[in-house]
Amino acid sequence: MPVITIDGVSYEVESGRNLLETCLSLGLDLPYFCWHPAMGSIGACRQCALVQYQNAEDTRGRIVMACMTPVSDGALFSLAGDKARHFREAIVESLMLNHPHDCPVCAEGGECHLQDMTVMVGHRDRHYRGRKNTHRNQYLGPLINHEMNRCITCYRCTRYYRDYAGGTDLAAMAAHDHIYFGRHQEGVLQSEFAGNLVEVCPTGVFTDKTLVHDYTRKWDLQSAPSVCTGCGVGCNTMPGERYGRLKRVHNRFNAEVNGYFLCDRGRFGAAFVNSGSALEYPGLREADGRYRALDHHEALHRMAATCASGKCAAIGSPRASVEANFLLRELVAPENFAPGFSDAEQGLVSLALTLQLASRAGIPSIRSIESADAVLVLGEDVTNTAPRIALALRQSVRNKAYELAAGLRLEPWQDAAIRNLAQDQRSPMFIATVADTPLDDVAAKRFSLAPDDIAALGRAVAATISGKPLPSGVLPEHLHSEARMIAETLAGAQRPLVIAGTGCGSSAILQAAADVANALCDNARKAMICLCVPEANSLGQAMLCGTQAPDLAALQRRAEAGELDTLIVLENDLYRRGGQAQIDGLLAAFREVIVMDGLDNRTTSAATLALPAANFAESEGTLVSLEGRAQRYFPVFQPREERRPSWVWLLACMKEMELPECHSMHHFDDITRICAARIPALAGITAAAPDLHYLNLGVKIPRQPPRYSGRTAMRANISVHEPKQREDEETPLAFTMEGLNRSQPGALLPWVWAPGWNSNQSLHKFQTRAGGPLKGGTAGARLLPTGGGGNGNAATSQAQPARAESTAGTTTGQRWQLVPRPRIFGSDELSALSPALAELIVPGFIELCTADAASLGVKDGDGVDVGDGLATLEVRVNDSMVAGCAGYSAGFSGTGELAALAQVTLRRADAWQRAPELIGSDRGIGSGGGHV
Amino acid sequence: MLNSLTSQLRTIWTILQHSFTKAETVQYPEEKPYLAPRYRGRIVLTKDPDGEERCVACNLCAVACPVDCIALQQGVKDDGRWYPEFFRINFSRCIMCGMCEEACPTNAIQLTPDFEMCEYDRSNMVYEKEHLQIEGTGKYHDYNFYRVSGLAIEGKDKGEAQNEAPPIDVKSLLP
Repeated sequence: MPVITIDGVSYEVESGRNLLETCLSLGLDLPYFCWHPAMGSIGACRQCALVQYQNAEDTRGRIVMACMTPVSDGALFSLAGDKARHFREAIVESLMLNHPHDCPVCAEGGECHLQDMTVMVGHRDRHYRGRKNTHRNQYLGPLINHEMNRCITCYRCTRYYRDYAGGTDLAAMAAHDHIYFGRHQEGVLQSEFAGNLVEVCPTGVFTDKTLVHDYTRKWDLQSAPSVCTGCGVGCNTMPGERYGRLKRVHNRFNAEVNGYFLCDRGRFGAAFVNSGSALEYPGLREADGRYRALDHHEALHRMAATCASGKCAAIGSPRASVEANFLLRELVAPENFAPGFSDAEQGLVSLALTLQLASRAGIPSIRSIESADAVLVLGEDVTNTAPRIALALRQSVRNKAYELAAGLRLEPWQDAAIRNLAQDQRSPMFIATVADTPLDDVAAKRFSLAPDDIAALGRAVAATISGKPLPSGVLPEHLHSEARMIAETLAGAQRPLVIAGTGCGSSAILQAAADVANALCDNARKAMICLCVPEANSLGQAMLCGTQAPDLAALQRRAEAGELDTLIVLENDLYRRGGQAQIDGLLAAFREVIVMDGLDNRTTSAATLALPAANFAESEGTLVSLEGRAQRYFPVFQPREERRPSWVWLLACMKEMELPECHSMHHFDDITRICAARIPALAGITAAAPDLHYLNLGVKIPRQPPRYSGRTAMRANISVHEPKQREDEETPLAFTMEGLNRSQPGALLPWVWAPGWNSNQSLHKFQTRAGGPLKGGTAGARLLPTGGGGNGNAATSQAQPARAESTAGTTTGQRWQLVPRPRIFGSDELSALSPALAELIVPGFIELCTADAASLGVKDGDGVDVGDGLATLEVRVNDSMVAGCAGYSAGFSGTGELAALAQVTLRRADAWQRAPELIGSDRGIGSGGGHV
Repeated sequence: MLNSLTSQLRTIWTILQHSFTKAETVQYPEEKPYLAPRYRGRIVLTKDPDGEERCVACNLCAVACPVDCIALQQGVKDDGRWYPEFFRINFSRCIMCGMCEEACPTNAIQLTPDFEMCEYDRSNMVYEKEHLQIEGTGKYHDYNFYRVSGLAIEGKDKGEAQNEAPPIDVKSLLP
C-alpha cells in the first residue's frame, strides 16, 4: 500500500483511490462539492485543492485538485498550509458571489453542504461589490422545488440525473454565467429517481417540495432507522418526524442494498402516514351498521372473547411484519392461516422462493446487480415493480466502460474520462417484456413478447447454454437466432444475471429464469438470479407460511362448511386481492370479522370489529426483502390515540386468552426469537438488528439529534408540566437526544451528523472509508444462500405448454390476453395515498398496439369495456405492446376485478368519458413557479 | 494582632460611611427604574417597515435557545412568504438570555425592557403568536428581510431585491 505524507504526517493508504476520498477516509476535513462517492470525480468545482510537492526540497509546490489526483507512494501534500487554504477560501468566495441571501427561507438550511464548506474554509467577508445574477425558477412537478439562484454550478445534478439515473429532461443550458440547470421547459421531471436530486444537490437548488410547505429543519426531526415498504427491494430509509407528522424520508445508506439513492415511490410515498383516513380508535359495529368507538381495554376484551369462543381463521399480510404475521399464525394455528396474497400471487411468490432456494446461482444484493456484466430480464418491468433494481441495472451496463478503462489503467473514479472512452458501449442487457420499459435505452435489445413466449425464449436460452437442441414448435422461428445470441452472450460473461418476477403474473417465466441461471451455473459461471416479488414482506410471508398454506378460497370453503366462523384480517385490504364478489363472499362466510389496519379501507369498513394498527413509522418489525434480507424497522414516533402496533394487539389478545404460547413473550424481541426458533426458514431474523438490550458504549441511541429544539415548548399549549420522555422498552433507541449515535451497528443508524458536517455528506464519518460500508456493519441478515446453495432440482421446468394454447388471444379474435402492467406511482396500495404522488397518478388505462386498437375500433383516449363489464378503462395505443395482449395498470382503482383473469373480451365502451384531469393552472404553474 | 485590629476598625469605618450615602433601593413598583431599550425582558415578534410579519419561521431562535422554550411550525403564505403557523414561547422556562434575538436573521424576535411577567398559573406563561406579535418594528426600524433575500414573493420578482441584476435570459447568446 502506498504511503503518502500530508502536512508532515505519513499515512499508509489504499491504492487506486483519489486523494480526496483518501483524505476523507483518514478523517481529514477537506472541502469539496462536485465529487460524489457514487459518481466519481470530474474536477468541476476546484474546491478540494491541496498543494503537492515534488520532493522534500520543493518549497513552492503546486496546487492540485485532490479529487483528480491518484494517491501514489511517497507523494507529499499540504492540506493545512496557507497556500492551499487561501485557494480554497477564494474558491468558496467566488462560488458565493451570486448566492442569494436565502438561508433562513431555504429548505436546505441547516443541512447544507455549501454552508458547511463555507464555514470550513473560514470565508466570511465578501469583497465583490457587483450585483448578483438571478434566474427564473421552473415548475418541476409536485415533488421537487427549484430555486436556481442558489446554484454553484457543481454539475452534480445533471451528472446524477443524466449519467447515473439515465434521465433526459434535466440538463445544463446556456454558457458562462448564464448557465442554467433545468428542463427545456417547465414540467414534471420524468425520471423515477428525480427525488435523489434533493440529496445530491449540495445546496438548495433542488429541495423536497412536500417538505417545503410543512417545513422542519433537520436538527428538529426525530428519526429512526426504517425500511421502505413501497416494494420488495427493502431500501433503507430515515423517515423524520415532528409534531406527530412524518415530514420527509431520506436515504439511509446500506452498502449492499440502496447505497445512496432511493426511488421516488420510496422517498415521497411514505406520506400516507399523515393521511386523514388513519384509524385512531377501535370500532365495534352496531346493529345499525355504524361503528362505536371503544377504548383499547374494551376492544381487547371483545377480541379475546370472540377468538376464544369462535373457530378462528386469519389472513395475514405481505405488507405487515414477520412478527405480526407469526403471532397471528400462532393465534389461529397454521392450517387456518392464509398468507394474504391473491390466489394467483400466492403460487407465484411461493414458486419464486422455491426456485431461489433450489437455485445453484447466487441471489444478488442490489450492489451485486451493479456488478453484473450481462443481464437478461424476463418479463419484469423492474422500473415499475422494484424501481431501485432498475437504477442498479443502469450501473451494471457501465461495466463495459470500466473494463475498457482498466485496459488503459484508468481508475474507476475518473468519471468523465471513462464516459468519454466508452461513449455508447455498454455491457449487454436483454429485456423481454410485453411492452416497452424505461430501461430500453440502455438495453442491447428488447423483445416484445407475450408472457408464454417470454418463458419459451428463456427456456430456449437455457437449452442453448446447456447445449441441448431447441424444442421445436415452442418458440417462434424468428427468435431462434436471438435466443442463441443471448445464450452466447450470457455464457461468455463473467457475472451474468437473470432477472424475472411476479410482475407479469406468469409462473412459466419464473421457471424459465431459474432454468437459465442453473444452465449458466452448469457452465461454471458465477451466475446470479434475482426474482422480484411485489411487496415489502412478500418473501418473508412465503417463508413463514411454506407452500402448503391455505389460500383465500380454501378459507371460504371451510367457513361455508361451518368449520370456521371468525376471521381476523391483518393489515390487508382484501379487496385488492380479489374481485368484489369473491371478497364479499369470503367476508360473508364468517360470522365475525376482526380487521387490524392503519387506514380506513373497504375491508375495515366490512369488519365487525376494527382495530387501529400502527403503520411502519409507528412500530417495529422485520421485513424480508426480495433478496432474502431480513431487515428491522423501528418506530420513528409514538402512535397517537389508541393506535397500537399489530403485534401489540395480538400479543395482548393472546395474553387475555391465556394461551400457553405467549407465556414467554413479553417484548417484541421475544416474538422475533420464538419465530426464529419455530420457523426454520426464518431462523436468521434475530440477526437483522441488535435486540433491546443493546447499549452503545453504555447508553441508548438517540432518535433526536443533539440540537433538537423546542423540548419545553412543543406541548406547553396542552400542559405546561413537561412529562418524562417516553422510554422505549422495545428497541435500543431512545425518544430523546440523549445517547450516542456513533459506531453502533448499521441497522441502528437513525441519522447522520458530525461536527462541522451538518449535511448528509457527513455520512463518510460513519463509513469505514468514504463511500465504503458503514463502520458498524451492513444492516440486515441474509436468509437465502448468497452463493447459490441449492442443487437446481426444483428448478427444472414443468411440462411445456404447446404454442397453440399459449397465444389464444390472437387466434380466437375476441379473446385478449390480459397482462398486468404495474406502474411505479399508483400500483402500490399505500404510496398511492401520498398526496404528492397522487398528483402524478393518472387513472388506470389499458395498452393496446395500433392494429389491435384498430380492430376494436378505438383510438387513444377512447374507453374499452373489459371482460363484460368488469372494468372500463381508457385506451392508450402503445406500439411496443405485443399483438393480442392488453396491458392494464395493475393495482389501480377500477382494475381490482382483472387481477385473476388471463383471457378477457374487450369491447368499445361508447358511453365512456375520460376522467377529468388536472391542468397546469390547478397545479400552480402560473402562479407558483416563482415562489417557494 | 495589630493588623487584625486595624482591619476590623477599617471595616467598621467603611460601614459607617455607608450610613450617609444615598440609598440604591427604589420603592418598586410605585417607583420604576430606567431600563435601556436593549434590556433583555419579555420577548416580542415584530413587523417589518411595510407592516408584514418579519418572522420567516427559520427555526434559528428555537435552536439557539438554551432552555428549548421556543417551538414553531413553518408555513408558506399564498404570496410566497414563509411564516410561522404557530409560534410558542414558554416563558416559565425562558431565562431572558437574548440568544434568540442574536440568532434571528430578520430582526423579528426582540427582547423588550418589560420584565413584569408574574402569573399565579404557570400555563399563563405560555405565549402563543398572537400574544407575541406586535404591530411595530421594535428596536430595528429599517430592516426588511425580503428586500434582501433572493426568494421571489408577490410584489417582488426575481432580480428586484437589493443588489440583484435582472434575471438572466437563458436563451440569449450575448456575453
